[in-house]
Amino acid sequence: MDRNRLHNQVASMRRSLFDQGYLDDQFIQLEELQDDTNPNFVQEVVTLFYNDSTRLIQNIEQALNSRPIDFCKLDDYMHQFKGSSSSIGAKKVTNECTAFREYCNAENAEGCIRSFQQVKQEHAILKRKLEVYLQTVRQASQTA
Amino acid sequence: MKNSSGGKGSMSTASSITTWKADVVPVPDQFPAGLRVLVVDDDPTCLIILEKMLRNCSYDVTKCNRAETALLKLRENRNGFDIVISDVHMPDMDGFKLLEHIGLEMDLPVIMMSADDGKDVVMKGVTHGACDYLIKPVRIEALKNIWQHVVRKRKNEWKDLEQSGSVEEGDRQPKQSEDADYSSSVNEGNWKSSKKRKDDEDETEDRDDTSTLKKPRVVWSVELHQQFVAAVNQLGIDKAVPKKILELMNVPGLTRENVASHLQKYRLYLRRLSGVSPHSCNPNNSFMNPQDETFGPLSSVHGLDLQTLTATGQLPAQCLATLQAAVLGRSTAKSSIPMPLVNQRNIFSFENPKLRFGEGQQHVNNNNKQVNLLHGIPTTMESKQLTSLRHTSQSIGNVNMQVAPHGAQSSQNNSSLIEMGQPLSRVQILNDSTVPLSVGQPIVPNGIAANVSTRNGIPENIRAPGYNLVSQTSSILNFPMNHASELPVDSFSLRSTPGMSDHTSKECRHDIRRLSAFKLSSRQP
Repeated sequence: MDRNRLHNQVASMRRSLFDQGYLDDQFIQLEELQDDTNPNFVQEVVTLFYNDSTRLIQNIEQALNSRPIDFCKLDDYMHQFKGSSSSIGAKKVTNECTAFREYCNAENAEGCIRSFQQVKQEHAILKRKLEVYLQTVRQASQTA
Repeated sequence: MKNSSGGKGSMSTASSITTWKADVVPVPDQFPAGLRVLVVDDDPTCLIILEKMLRNCSYDVTKCNRAETALLKLRENRNGFDIVISDVHMPDMDGFKLLEHIGLEMDLPVIMMSADDGKDVVMKGVTHGACDYLIKPVRIEALKNIWQHVVRKRKNEWKDLEQSGSVEEGDRQPKQSEDADYSSSVNEGNWKSSKKRKDDEDETEDRDDTSTLKKPRVVWSVELHQQFVAAVNQLGIDKAVPKKILELMNVPGLTRENVASHLQKYRLYLRRLSGVSPHSCNPNNSFMNPQDETFGPLSSVHGLDLQTLTATGQLPAQCLATLQAAVLGRSTAKSSIPMPLVNQRNIFSFENPKLRFGEGQQHVNNNNKQVNLLHGIPTTMESKQLTSLRHTSQSIGNVNMQVAPHGAQSSQNNSSLIEMGQPLSRVQILNDSTVPLSVGQPIVPNGIAANVSTRNGIPENIRAPGYNLVSQTSSILNFPMNHASELPVDSFSLRSTPGMSDHTSKECRHDIRRLSAFKLSSRQP
């Protein structure tokens, strides 16, 4: 009973993450990579992403706060961030990164700052959702 | 994909420089499982995902988060990887720079990756020689087929190896008058970076007549060439037209085109030789068949036992032939040597080369280290000089050694032949050497340069010493040396030993060109 409920919960959460556009196909790639040799692969990757992206976010903050703004460097950081987030299937985050880079190319400081807020927001939202989701997945797999 | 065996195996042993990667290739029937991939990406998330994906493809994965580390790994274990996948944007080194390095040093297929899918970036990948470009995020499906790049590359390499067989026709048209027309079939594989070099038009066109290549090529064997020369002489070099030559030669299966292209090279050779003074032409005669009594007095010009050297195969027959042809050409023009003296049969005594290039092929294969980089380059060296050169020169003679019909100097010459990989500067030590040394020079620089440049991307670093020595040699031999190194290229494609990459030959040609540019400043009467 419990197990079924948990599994249903997992399935439903998962579906909603995709339906609401938080995750895309790339996340499925991660799921498919998970196997007996790497039973926690998805969790590991997500954890790694969030650790690394924190660093990137700090770099971008710094670059945005410096005057004059080095748009080149900003673009570079964002490029990395985008590559990273896209690799785990963080769809909304990636989209915000794309928007940011457009402002960056236009050297629109205001736009960059605003856009970056969006990036951070999406980044945080997804982090929370994934934490809950993966916890549920863990619980479901631990249930007999 | 072929397993490391037979030809390939011998290829790797044939040259220390070009170790065939197939030696450590995964078991063929499991291919592409076990494909050894090096993946480079500074993004840890991407890196771990890629690693897992590649592992799931049953590949053997090594990951690096820095380009420098990747290069280090590659350098430490040149044959340890089959393919490299690298991100474009990396903090310590631009991905394209890494791509260049890998192409130059290891000549492995490299796949670039980036989140950037802009046309410019992708184009940059193409121009820098990447064999593929993946847009991030990379899906496992994209990685499943990367083995094709490995196979393709090896297939091309193998094809080139197979081409390095008999005496080539030297079909390549010389680009400019200065072009050293080496059509040495080389192991293109390891030196594919040569594509990036300036001399990248001299693609080897040598074909093994037993190869499975599409275009059948005429193999200009010793006899065939002698027939050719005889016909040309009979007609007179100025009046020799392909049609008439063909008629005179009367060789079934030979086409006018074959003759025409051969003639073109021959003419170029002669033209190049025409810069030689009549006097300097004389010794060329001595390059002829040692058995030819007619040229006995010439054989010891400048104390060089050219005949012996030739006999022992030290003098690439093609060089000899070309030299002789030059002499022939010259003699008709200015040389005091009457035509009759030029034994046409001997002018191009391909005897040795034939052995060398024909049967020598297997010898070459058996010779681990000898890469016959400079075919046709007269390596007329006195035995003592040869000995002194031993340690510095690539032993072209190794090839010759196998086939050298004459005993005395054979072994000596062989061993004294240029040994690969020695810095050319060593040759300078032999400053007091006579012509032979200088004669050998081109081989050394060319060979070494080829190898060195191929390996380290440092072209032509050997040339200078060669020049030094050249200046000390008699102009007679200098000339042939300088030019002979090109002559064979002109008229007779030199089959390079397997292991010598196409790049190497190109570099050689380049070197030879430079050598030939060296003025015969020290012409001695």
